[in-house]
Amino acid sequence: MATVENLPSPTHERPVGFGRLKRKEDARFIRGKGTYLDDIRLPGMLHGAILRSPYAHAKILSIDTSRALEHPNVVAVMTAKDLETLGLAWMPTISYDTQAVLAGDKVRFHGQEVAFVIATDEYSARDALPLIEVDYEPLPVVVNARKALDPDAPLIRDDKPGKTDNLATPTWEAGDEQAADRVFAEADVIATRDIMYPRCHPAPMETCGMIADFNPDTGQLNIYNGNQAPHVHRTVYAHVAGLAEHMIRIQCNDIGGGFGNKVPVYPGYVCAIAGSIVAGKPVKWLEDRSENLMSTGFARDYIMHSSICAKDGRITGLKVDVIADHGAFDSTAQPTKFPAGFFHICCGSYDLQAAHVKVTAVYTNKAPGGVAYRCSFRITEAVYLVERMVDALALEMGVDPIALRRSSFIKPEQFPYETTTGWTYDSGQYDKTMGVAMEIAGYEELRREQAEKRARGELMGIGVSFFTEGVGAGPRAHMDILGLSMNDGADLRLHPSGKAVVSLSCQTQGQGHETTFAQIVAEELGIPPEDVEVRHGDTDRSPYGLGTYGSRSTPVSGGAVSIVSRKVRDKARLIAATMLETRPEDLAWEKGRWYVKGDPEKGALIEEITQRAYSGEAMPEGLEGGLDAQVIYDPPNLTYPYGAYICVVDVDPETAFVKVRRFIAVDDCGVRINPMIVDGQIHGGLAEGVGIALMELISFDEEGNCMNGSFMDYLIPTSMECPDWELGETVTPCPHHPLGAKGVGESPNVGSPPAIVNAVIDALHQTHGVDHIDMPCTPARVWAAMQGRPEPPQ
Amino acid sequence: MQTPAPCGYERASSVDGVIATLAERGPSTRIVAGGHSLIPMMKLRLATPEHLIDINDLHELSYIRQEGEEVRIGALARHVDLLRSELLAEHFPVFADAEEVIADPVVRNRGTIGGSLCQADPGEDLSAVCSALKASVVIRGAGGERVVPMHEFHVGPYMTAVGDAEMLTEVRIAIRPGAGSAHEKLERRAGDFAIAATSAAIWINGGTITDAGIALAAVGPFTIEATRAEELLRGKAPSDELFTQAGAICSEDSMPAADGRGPVDYKRHLVGVLTKRALRRATARALQ
Amino acid sequence: MQVTITINGQTVSRDVPPQTLLVHFIRDTPGLTGTHWGCDTSNCGACIVQIDGKAVKSCTQLAAMVDGHEVKTIEGLEVDGVLDPIQEGFHEQHALHCGFCTPGMMMASRSLLDENPDPTDEEIRVAISGGICRCTGYKNIVAAVRWAAEHEAPIKQEV
Repeated sequence: MATVENLPSPTHERPVGFGRLKRKEDARFIRGKGTYLDDIRLPGMLHGAILRSPYAHAKILSIDTSRALEHPNVVAVMTAKDLETLGLAWMPTISYDTQAVLAGDKVRFHGQEVAFVIATDEYSARDALPLIEVDYEPLPVVVNARKALDPDAPLIRDDKPGKTDNLATPTWEAGDEQAADRVFAEADVIATRDIMYPRCHPAPMETCGMIADFNPDTGQLNIYNGNQAPHVHRTVYAHVAGLAEHMIRIQCNDIGGGFGNKVPVYPGYVCAIAGSIVAGKPVKWLEDRSENLMSTGFARDYIMHSSICAKDGRITGLKVDVIADHGAFDSTAQPTKFPAGFFHICCGSYDLQAAHVKVTAVYTNKAPGGVAYRCSFRITEAVYLVERMVDALALEMGVDPIALRRSSFIKPEQFPYETTTGWTYDSGQYDKTMGVAMEIAGYEELRREQAEKRARGELMGIGVSFFTEGVGAGPRAHMDILGLSMNDGADLRLHPSGKAVVSLSCQTQGQGHETTFAQIVAEELGIPPEDVEVRHGDTDRSPYGLGTYGSRSTPVSGGAVSIVSRKVRDKARLIAATMLETRPEDLAWEKGRWYVKGDPEKGALIEEITQRAYSGEAMPEGLEGGLDAQVIYDPPNLTYPYGAYICVVDVDPETAFVKVRRFIAVDDCGVRINPMIVDGQIHGGLAEGVGIALMELISFDEEGNCMNGSFMDYLIPTSMECPDWELGETVTPCPHHPLGAKGVGESPNVGSPPAIVNAVIDALHQTHGVDHIDMPCTPARVWAAMQGRPEPPQ
Repeated sequence: MQTPAPCGYERASSVDGVIATLAERGPSTRIVAGGHSLIPMMKLRLATPEHLIDINDLHELSYIRQEGEEVRIGALARHVDLLRSELLAEHFPVFADAEEVIADPVVRNRGTIGGSLCQADPGEDLSAVCSALKASVVIRGAGGERVVPMHEFHVGPYMTAVGDAEMLTEVRIAIRPGAGSAHEKLERRAGDFAIAATSAAIWINGGTITDAGIALAAVGPFTIEATRAEELLRGKAPSDELFTQAGAICSEDSMPAADGRGPVDYKRHLVGVLTKRALRRATARALQ
Repeated sequence: MQVTITINGQTVSRDVPPQTLLVHFIRDTPGLTGTHWGCDTSNCGACIVQIDGKAVKSCTQLAAMVDGHEVKTIEGLEVDGVLDPIQEGFHEQHALHCGFCTPGMMMASRSLLDENPDPTDEEIRVAISGGICRCTGYKNIVAAVRWAAEHEAPIKQEV
């Protein structure tokens, strides 16, 4: 079986450059010596806790903080009124909306922030919360996004002057509606579905929090905060707090997972900053798990209606209408020009003739968010939609779902390929990758086994998903967030010893940057990775950039590091020429060394060149000394990783319990810097896909109460629900990326849910007539589908 | 993280001491054993005891042993001990079935049978196990000991026959010939409470079911003893058809509530399936 | 009240309110922030330590309940600069990404190998099922424990 698995490696194996290098950052984590937010203790530090609304929609009539203030360990209690005097009661969101930091006039979702207690210790802060008395007048609630634009729906954002409805952003359209209508009119077969991608949550193991430390003497604001985009946050705080950016320093240290949950600016952060300014001491705010699940950036919540068509056995057209539930405030994070993110990549991996996409975003009385959880800016929703629709079409046509895909794939010679919704895919060998997945899975054999089992009344399903996604935002001409262009910088400095420091804008939350970026420098310069320090997470010591999400670290920061290393290499060439008393054009490079083309014995190692750069000896004209370079990398395009996934499930015919027996994932993310880390990213994303497909759900009752505010009710897969992942690879380099690499972090979450759901339906279609089921495929929901009564979860 | 409200704490050194303290301090004082029901409730402020009595030093209550024709289990026997007990595996394999799917292995190192029974969560597997086995519990109070059969133990949701100044000290199960038992549970994910669960115990002699015990977890305000289904089985020869019928009766007699784990009709359906499967396995074990 | 616990062989004694959770007692001890917490309902397992040699979720015990007992945390795995095979295995097999669940996973794995030196993959999966990892997908954690089982020193040191 041609699988790429983690084979035990001898401990002396240390590639200088790309390869299976064990991680440098492990050293502190395996000893319990990481520095996560709650590990930081500052002298005199106070603790904050947030009082949250028990209602989804209610006027606030009064807030009485007097009893809380009487608690001996309480230092202050802040409400919206206090923040108003600081101009901080409302804050801007990343999508140009505003969000209440503490609710003033009314609360708009269950769990919304109402008051902020600051106490000497965290137990006292929590003890003080029930002492705050809030008088609410409940209002009608809307939690069904389909009803949010009904004429009698309660108005949620009456804080916006002139607002009369719950539309969150202008409707977004992509593609060509008329062309799509023509293609559908000419089609042989059409399939239509209502498909929901339910609300779920990234739920990193470390919750969100911040330590804000304002020094009233110097006016400096020091922030410790696990967030995925430290420079962007600093810009936001500068704007919000009226401080110059250089007076704010954000240090991220170690982050216990992000997955998009740590991209937004949360009210708790602003409260901590305000609290520190007011108290003159450091203030720590660290949410508990229920706050994380109930109030921080959720993911998905897309209600989609779609039609797909085929002619002469090939997929020709796609139409999608979406209602996007943004919650009570629009706090989604995506490039400004794309208010629905990259959802319009739902044109998929197929050579369509036409497509049309329309997205209507609404407010509801639910927590704000929507873009998170490894979504690549809504590509999870897009791929789920198209891959479910392709299977629906295959059912309608009575053909094998893989055969339909293969007949419709974009062909290798068609790249770069411009899609019907405006994307230019860079490279791909789709059919080849699909073939590798089928071989690893033993597809034919699986179909035989399925037939045999079906004859015995056993329900086995085989599901496929093929995805193309776009990552690495992005070119400055098209991609900005809050007006900040999505370029990333890299600084590389070599020390006299020949060791190096590379400073990056991207921000690891477990992706292994301390290792992989050292490997890029090693590949380009021949300096061993253990001699390359990777610096990030400190806005004082790293170049400006837009951070890590949307799988942009390898495409953007990786591009930057590669180019900055080459710049250093080019400088080194000039110095080597001087050292070797020859011309630069007479030199050739092998990893770690410039040498004379005609006389390979004669050369200069990179360490020798570096020493020379710092010595007093003659330097070539134009170079002053030292050996370093700086770069801002403006990617020419997104990169387009893709993959073929096959899932095998067994459904208990009586209990309807779904077990994922096997999962085969063949990813093509271009050149792989560290295959071990790539595989690890894929394993993790596949587990998330199992969770989303089978058990993860954030739901609300009719009063708008969040029903999944703990890990007892928000279920995440354990080791028992995850199969032994079977991985394969193909490598189709990215033509425009300096390393040919594409990025992979989100691909497994993008590609896996449809494979699993397609497998469940495949198990149940022939015997029970199931042709659609919405996630999560819990036993109860699968059973209802088997009885002919499938319902969306909300 | 959420944190408990202020409370007092003491360590008990004897059962009589526990009872005396409970009597003296009143119902705002709670016993803590494994702590894996009470402490999470305290952190969520669903329980705010003013005082805790820690009974973990009462090692004399940690036994699983045979006395005459009974297996006797001390209240402080941990889930992991019940899972690994050879004595229980021999006589009442339903315990191991249940323990494998109670919480997770780490929680099982601390949680106790006494705590589980007294917490009386409607989804508690051990309550169903003990009910199906027709166990009795020993409850000690100031006036001495009394023995209460399981069918009188559950009096309401999260409410048992253990009074305010009393403590459960032991579980007793009669060893009778021809026994087989099994527990079948469906959970959405490892470690979750049951969507539904059935404990079944069967005693077969001469090819006929002489006695049966069936108890349902998670489908009512407390453990449901399926007495109608038990009556159906007594005196009959075991068969799949019989088990299916018993399952249907259990399904009718269950009182599930709709919640995140499922709607009422699915839970009822599940009761039927799990009951049939539990009876099948219990019978196979009885006939071994 | 005064609570005294032996942590990684050292006596730690502090006056704390009775409701103080064990995880906080540990984390408030200098140098012992390696034990983490990630939930409110005893589900995530990031807080797993060993109490008297058995894996326990330290967020679900009061410190007072552990007075007079012995606790081993992740910091106690390494002895005199020598890593525990579990620690080595996690590194060798890339069984950690963000590192946040890792202390709990390692302590649960350590407890498994203490009782079952040659577990099957299924037994490993059961042993770590009391914890949640959002990053690794578990495959490499299983491989790490397998690696550790194969590389255990013949004589284990008692702390």
